[in-house]
Amino acid sequence: MDRFVFLTLDGLSRGAVYAAFALALVLIWRAARVVNFAQGAMAVAAAYVAYSVSAATGSYWLGFLAALAAGLLFGAVVDRVVMRYVDHASPLNPVIVALGLVLLIQAVLGMVYGSEFRPAGTPFSREGFTVGGLALLSPYDLFVFAAVAVVVSALAWIFARTAVGLRMRAAAFAPEVSRLLGVNVGGMLTLGWALASGVGALAAMLVIPTELGLHPHAMDLVFVSAFTAAVVGGLDSPPGAVVGGLVVGLVLSYVSGYAGSDLTPLAVLVLLLAVLLVRPGGLFAPVAARRV
Amino acid sequence: MEQGLALHHIGVRFGGLTALDDVSLRVPPGRVVGVIGPNGAGKTTLFNVICGFVTPETGSLTLDGRPLRPRPHRLTRLGIARTLQGTGLFAGLTVLENVMAGASHTARAGFLPALLGLPRSDRDEARLRREALDVLDGLGIARHAGAAPGTLPFAVRQRVALARALAARPRLLLLDEPAGGLGGDDIAELAELIRQLPRRDPDPCAVLLVEHHMDLVMAVCDELVVLDFGRVIAAGTPDEVRDDPAVTDAYLGAAVDEAAA
Repeated sequence: MDRFVFLTLDGLSRGAVYAAFALALVLIWRAARVVNFAQGAMAVAAAYVAYSVSAATGSYWLGFLAALAAGLLFGAVVDRVVMRYVDHASPLNPVIVALGLVLLIQAVLGMVYGSEFRPAGTPFSREGFTVGGLALLSPYDLFVFAAVAVVVSALAWIFARTAVGLRMRAAAFAPEVSRLLGVNVGGMLTLGWALASGVGALAAMLVIPTELGLHPHAMDLVFVSAFTAAVVGGLDSPPGAVVGGLVVGLVLSYVSGYAGSDLTPLAVLVLLLAVLLVRPGGLFAPVAARRV
Repeated sequence: MEQGLALHHIGVRFGGLTALDDVSLRVPPGRVVGVIGPNGAGKTTLFNVICGFVTPETGSLTLDGRPLRPRPHRLTRLGIARTLQGTGLFAGLTVLENVMAGASHTARAGFLPALLGLPRSDRDEARLRREALDVLDGLGIARHAGAAPGTLPFAVRQRVALARALAARPRLLLLDEPAGGLGGDDIAELAELIRQLPRRDPDPCAVLLVEHHMDLVMAVCDELVVLDFGRVIAAGTPDEVRDDPAVTDAYLGAAVDEAAA
């Protein structure tokens, strides 16, 4: 029972990060109809910025802010410099370009920082509070929950309750009509990329210290888990991404705890496959009539 | 200085097809101008030229005497709003949000204030919401504000589309076949609405109307321009146009062709 409680809390903590990362994927999907396979690499690049800034200033928080700023910037740059010029007529084109970006970013990071693991610091202790001999959430876990909760509510507020959010939604639904209404559709697209990439950078900052450390490939497995979470949630639904993230976090935690951590990468793929086979629209999609 | 929108000798070709040929027309403030013509006469192309979706090869546009090079996303800023055939509402937004989106060029607060939650962005959103409700109220459809457009009857959706265009507070409203898909009673109400637009208080607006439905056109327009194969074949008051032999020819010809087809 103790073990179950521990695995559940641990799974929720990791799930919160997957939720944030899945949310980033959903944001770009909604804005641009692109699955951003480069999101992991972009987020790692932002984490390296944090590493450099923290190393230079000795402050975790300056590095943290730098990572968020770098994330926003990388997103905007990828949209303005690369994705804008990709022909979106075939959905495969932006995917291939994104995969190319992954190779490019990881190669550049490898050249600049080398490909050894670098330790990533945390602002709070990762020692869990113990209650009656049972190790529960650590202060760092609480920080992760709080950070993800703040970001999720801020995004929900922006999209539902601000004029900019309304324009972003309108531009995503019907770009030509929005243009006629005076919406700067290109700008909204860039904003969507920047926001998503910023959220991705946050997720990387939260998850990397709990893994082996900073490395050009540090987010590869997280990306697969978060992509699964986004698909579980339906790829089009921000609440779905959050729930999907928590579900994936829990499933992986139980698999790792009860069946062995070697199996977790396999478990992610099995979960992804199962969702795609049984409910390709995600758990939250209305069941669509079969198209003939 | 010439007030309002004017098109001077506009020519558009798509490949070998002449869509518009030497078309000139004016929409002075306070007037309702109708563009009629058989299918394929170039009416929609004309709208697309005004909106900047199509760049004319020859000719020019002026707004209040100043040269106008339309770009779609600048249109509402110039005081021009357009409705689309078949409403073009955002299916994923509520009626109120659709209308708020219509006034989005008036929202000043940018992204950063919204992100930081500054009061300005809140005020913007509240003002948009209030104004959108006013417009919906003016058209008698405020009770549908929270509905999804897809759940509403077509006549109401048409009105929402009109409300969205009016939310931009245009000086000139382009109506693209607003009677399409409407029944007799709805068309009569629509005609009454359109006639009121140039006398609206506080935002009077001129109207350029593309329409098939002859009763509506004759009832609401101060002036008519008749297009056929991209050329202006007649222009004047509805009465003048009705008696113009070139017009009867074009329409009778069209009717005969359709009967033969």
